[in-house]
Amino acid sequence: MLDFPKWKIWTIAATLLAGLIFAMPNFVPASAWPEPLPQGQLNLGLDLRGGSHLMLEATADDVLKARLEALEETVRTELRIAEGGAIAFTDLSQGRDRVSLTVTNAADLDRALSVLRRVSTPVGGITGTRETEVSNNGPRITLQATQAGVALAVDSAMAQAVEVIRRRIDELGTREPNIIRQGTNRIVVQVPGLQDPDALKSLIGKTAKLEFKLVDVDADPALVAEGRAPPGSQILPSIEGGTVVVKRRAIITGDQLIDSQVSTNENGQPAVSFRFDSTGGRRFAQATQANVGRPFAIILDNTVISAPSINEPILGGSGIISGSYTVATANELAILLRSGKLPVELKVVEERTVGPDLGADSIRAGAIASVLATIFVAVFMIITYGRFGVYSVVALIANGVLVMAIMSGLGATLTLPGIAGFVLTVGAAVDANVLINERIREELRRGRAVVGAVETGYREASRTIFDANVTNVIAAAIMFAFGSGPVKGFAVVLTIGIITSVFTAVTITRLMVAGWLRSRPKSLVL
Amino acid sequence: MRLLKLVPDNTNIGFLRWRNVAVGISVLMIIASFALVAIRGLNFGVDFSGGLMMEVRFEQEARIEELRRTVNSAGAGSASIQTFGDANTVSIRLPLPPGDEAAVQRVVTRVQDAVRAGNPDASFRRTETVSGKVSGELVTAGALAILFAMIGISVYIWFRFEWQFGVGALFALLHDVALTLGFFAVTQYEFDLNIVAAVLTIVGYSLNDTIVVYDRVRENLRKYRKMGMAELLDLSLNETLPRTIVTSLTMIIALATLVAFGGSVLFGFSVAMLLGIGVGTYSSIFIAAPILIWLGVGPGSFLPTESGGEGRLKPKTRSERIGG
Repeated sequence: MLDFPKWKIWTIAATLLAGLIFAMPNFVPASAWPEPLPQGQLNLGLDLRGGSHLMLEATADDVLKARLEALEETVRTELRIAEGGAIAFTDLSQGRDRVSLTVTNAADLDRALSVLRRVSTPVGGITGTRETEVSNNGPRITLQATQAGVALAVDSAMAQAVEVIRRRIDELGTREPNIIRQGTNRIVVQVPGLQDPDALKSLIGKTAKLEFKLVDVDADPALVAEGRAPPGSQILPSIEGGTVVVKRRAIITGDQLIDSQVSTNENGQPAVSFRFDSTGGRRFAQATQANVGRPFAIILDNTVISAPSINEPILGGSGIISGSYTVATANELAILLRSGKLPVELKVVEERTVGPDLGADSIRAGAIASVLATIFVAVFMIITYGRFGVYSVVALIANGVLVMAIMSGLGATLTLPGIAGFVLTVGAAVDANVLINERIREELRRGRAVVGAVETGYREASRTIFDANVTNVIAAAIMFAFGSGPVKGFAVVLTIGIITSVFTAVTITRLMVAGWLRSRPKSLVL
Repeated sequence: MRLLKLVPDNTNIGFLRWRNVAVGISVLMIIASFALVAIRGLNFGVDFSGGLMMEVRFEQEARIEELRRTVNSAGAGSASIQTFGDANTVSIRLPLPPGDEAAVQRVVTRVQDAVRAGNPDASFRRTETVSGKVSGELVTAGALAILFAMIGISVYIWFRFEWQFGVGALFALLHDVALTLGFFAVTQYEFDLNIVAAVLTIVGYSLNDTIVVYDRVRENLRKYRKMGMAELLDLSLNETLPRTIVTSLTMIIALATLVAFGGSVLFGFSVAMLLGIGVGTYSSIFIAAPILIWLGVGPGSFLPTESGGEGRLKPKTRSERIGG
């Protein structure tokens, strides 16, 4: 064991140097650190720098409902523009997992079926499963969502939701938001350093589905009072109180918006202006032209915001939504409209917000605890093992540097429990040295010569060190697999610390011990 | 220079003489812990109970009774308020109000306004809300993690040693986990995700100790074929005692530093770990080792293999060892 070939010494030296280089960016200002060297710093978790963590969840039922609404719209359009002339139908309705309709003329049935089968896109895979199964019972056609179809819908809705949330948060101008999908129907949003988590929540918690629908002026007020809408119409709550009856079919939706800004209305109050793309603008023009003099409703998330009358055709493809807005709420709505609607409603199922001052306190406490723990353990090791204690302290410091280097290099996140993991590693890293040193003491006691005792000590202790550390890695790995957020951060530091500590506590101290043994010491005080 | 030796050379403590008493006490402690957890219950934090938690810091010592009245009169449901880390900081826990996100927000605002009205110096440092569904999942994940860690580690030991050692380790772990939970049931310290991390770490480190002892037992079984099992275990425990003491001390030093300086958030975690180190050390000596006797581990358990390095060691007798 005293035989350290040159290459081994160089490898150890190179590892330590690399560790120093990777750890350095955490200590020197970026300007003083040359460009070609690694720049990665420890990534501080939200609990250390302050910020908000939100977990959002969509239910499959909600996704399905949104999907079926879209499907209903597609069915309507496809049948109207069907090859060989529009297909007349009645009773288009939605069930929990299906859309059904009745074809008016039996002669159109086959044509309708073939059109609707085309609507149903294959999910993929060899089974040829489609999003929906189309079947009919006489003139009654049913499009039933398949299991695979629902799964696909959830998947694409979540992917789309992530994009929408990203756009909305980017609009807030916060830096480094972390938006990740978790499981099948969850999204985790982490925004560091945000002072006002409520603004964040109201921004991502809203669906922002904008629709323009004609007001059904012919609805029987008596029936409406009973909560029954005429066929093809629906009753929606109004933001000003009361309800408004509107046609189910939207003349146009927010999907065709290309821009939305805060502006003011004719009375100088804050309002939100919007602009459609060219197709949307044309459709808006046609719809307003055909309905001059009649009221239409501007609907956001199934609530009527305002129901103005169309005084003249709106040809420019842009308009204004006014209501009782402040500049702040108008700005929020403008952001929501610009970033597009969420494909499905998302509920906040978990929220953790840490104020920046608590984060700063935690970093300070963590740093103090780490430094003091290192000093205390170092002093204890030196008074217990003398020269060999000094070696293990050197190893302990090298271990700290390496843990920091690997964390920085990997861009891993340091959380407060992570700091605890680090402090714990300080206590545990010396265990390997304790094992070795105690073994050497034993061997010396049995009358072995220095070199023999040291050699046996390292050899015998190595096996124990290996077994003991494997169990810790098992515990840490399970923690990583099952833990969430901060606990994961703890597991990461623990795992890295365990692995590096075996290297520093065994290999590096052995190098130092070997160097000392070359001077042929007669005795060893241990 | 004279170095510190916490355990004198040639210490020979008859640990195993106390095995029946020790294991009896341990079994009682385990039962008591389970009973306490069942009767008193654990003071689950929002991670596991679901609900709303706010950490508030005041410039001076928090007046908890007054706060409780303030918060309860804000009509947010019955609040559980306790100091958090130091006397100036409290955690306010509330059940999750029925309804959507807006309802939660209203409760938060109402409580914040009510507290600030009486205490202009209050600063809300942390807010956490966890829905019942998520907290249920966290409980399951936490329990599974502890269970899998215990089983995974025992299986590893079974592979590396013999099945008796795996069983012994499992019992030692059961002891450590049960006593840690019992401690949390007695003190009613908040039990949250961090504590699960602490328990898993205790599982890892308690095993560390157990393995060091077992490793020496295996080595001695190969060396001293004729020694009685109790004597051999005592020898192994005494030989590893200096290491056990020194390592436990370094861990205690590190953890005590965390308790003293690590801040309020880590307090529960550090206390749990500190307890775990003590319990884990005890269980390696008084549970993991005696179980080997009862499970019939003896010199035949590790028959030398033809090529095995250890196997070639010539069997020695006890007198040779002492004489050498």
